[in-house]
Amino acid sequence: MTAARLSRDDVAHVALLARISLTDQEIDLYAEQLGVVLDHAAELAALDTASVVPTAHPLPLQNVLRADEPRDSLDHDEVLSQAPAVQDGRFRVPSILGEAP
Amino acid sequence: MSVAEMARSVRSGDVTAGSIVESYLSAIAERDSELHAFVTVLGDGAREQAAAVDSKIAAGKDPGPLAGVPVALKDNLCTRGIPTTCSSKMLESWCPPYDATVVDRLRAAGAVVVGKTNLDEFAMGSSTENSAFGPSRNPYDPSLVPGGSSGGSAVAVSAGLAPLALGSDTGGSIRQPAALCGVVGMKPTYGAVSRYGLVAFASSLDQIGPFARTVADAAALYDVLGGHDPMDSTSLQRPSPHVSTLLDNGAQGVRVGLLAELVDGVDRSVAARVHQAAEALAAAGASIQEISIPELRLSLAAYYLIASSEASSNLSRYDGVRYGLRVDAADVAAMNSATRAAGFGAEVKRRIMLGTYALSAGYYDAYYGQAQKVRTIIIEAFAKAYQKVDVLLGATTPTTAFALGAKADDPMAMYLSDVCTIPSNLAGHPAMSLPFGAGDDELPVGVQLLAPALEDGLLFQVGAVLEAAAPDLALPALAASTLRGDGPSVAVGNSSGGGR
Repeated sequence: MTAARLSRDDVAHVALLARISLTDQEIDLYAEQLGVVLDHAAELAALDTASVVPTAHPLPLQNVLRADEPRDSLDHDEVLSQAPAVQDGRFRVPSILGEAP
Repeated sequence: MSVAEMARSVRSGDVTAGSIVESYLSAIAERDSELHAFVTVLGDGAREQAAAVDSKIAAGKDPGPLAGVPVALKDNLCTRGIPTTCSSKMLESWCPPYDATVVDRLRAAGAVVVGKTNLDEFAMGSSTENSAFGPSRNPYDPSLVPGGSSGGSAVAVSAGLAPLALGSDTGGSIRQPAALCGVVGMKPTYGAVSRYGLVAFASSLDQIGPFARTVADAAALYDVLGGHDPMDSTSLQRPSPHVSTLLDNGAQGVRVGLLAELVDGVDRSVAARVHQAAEALAAAGASIQEISIPELRLSLAAYYLIASSEASSNLSRYDGVRYGLRVDAADVAAMNSATRAAGFGAEVKRRIMLGTYALSAGYYDAYYGQAQKVRTIIIEAFAKAYQKVDVLLGATTPTTAFALGAKADDPMAMYLSDVCTIPSNLAGHPAMSLPFGAGDDELPVGVQLLAPALEDGLLFQVGAVLEAAAPDLALPALAASTLRGDGPSVAVGNSSGGGR
């Protein structure tokens, strides 16, 4: 894969997926800068790795289990004290489905 | 005074923990306005911890092996009820509801947390210039960067604002600033130290580790951190080695590989110090052979795809719902996007974008999948090299400290400053940077020792030999009273310069 240059539309789409509002200026900047980084990644794409097993993690861990014993969880009030908005002991958010809250 | 001596004098009642913490709070007051190592200084909070250590001693109880020793914590380590900002506007006023496991273990050992140190936002960067609260400054020359991302921790130890500090290392974020500030920095084997309470950047690469002025001090800190933690399923199910007992074992018969990829291409005066370090190990009875692992040249590209991909997933939690910043908007999706636009700085956005792209439909196999395969290639290439040698030696960084702003507008140039440290993270291996004299510019040079997984002890053993042979390094221009020896009470480390 060579020079996978990103278009402004690509960048806008990725920003939507990542839930980050970008200005037009930022879209231009990231299209340029991400393109440079991806050019460096092109050297990886050129390798023949058909017989190589991917490594997701440096340790050979599988299904780490523990005894199912009840224990205290974090303090409810302490956790909610850090929330931007709270109502009736719960996190409060703006409308999700467009209905009035 | 070494950390061990400091703790011993506290435990024996010769010095109070209270007087030690005062001398370091004075040092911070004296220098931190110039250096900006700290995001948060715990004045009375630190005094209370020290008083608790002193009361334990008065009551005849053992306060632990680090009794009364001040420690600075990188501000991505959770401290209950104390702001933990990650140097981001996103978490500017966030106080975690729990302590990181390493914080619990430090307190259990009698250490006194004096403050939270500055970093590149969410640990993404190599200079601390990405901090939302302004950069830290190199104590050797405040016009230069201290490195990053754990720059504040490196500065704190280098300037004498704390004898010990913790950082996190995802691609070199402990070792690179340690090298640029003339202190010891060590990344343990992946899983050797619990990551519970370390704010996640790239979970398969992140590891917490020590900063100190000497190898022995770093060992004293390492020895209280390790061991399995049920709160981190990736923490190793094996007893942690007691590395402080290995420091006098010498290098006789140790097989050292001088790693071409970490020597060729670095600045001439840095490479000269690496060669000098190899000669010092040979003089101590080690065998030296030149070795090349050409596959390491693939590390940087693989790292930026893997780390950014994991970051894009980990940082999705900053959505304005449960904690941290919220920018209000008409619906949840708009609130999420506005919050993340306002809360994240440019580098964090850049990496989230890169990672989101690399994981997106149609590109996953070509980027993230391919990078994971390259990771296997690098691990296998290391394994082959470690059939021939016990440790590898090279530079920690291609250059000494660079000027603030020099690489700020060129992400790729900044990424290249981690080119020597990244391979160990991809492999999950331990590595240590230690000061080895200065370059032609009279700035600190770090040499790096690499070892296979679980051989953390060997790094301390060989590191102690290198330290004893290290050329003199002057104290930083902005050294605090604790290092100059004219402070109000206790001085730690070595008053005559780096090394020992």
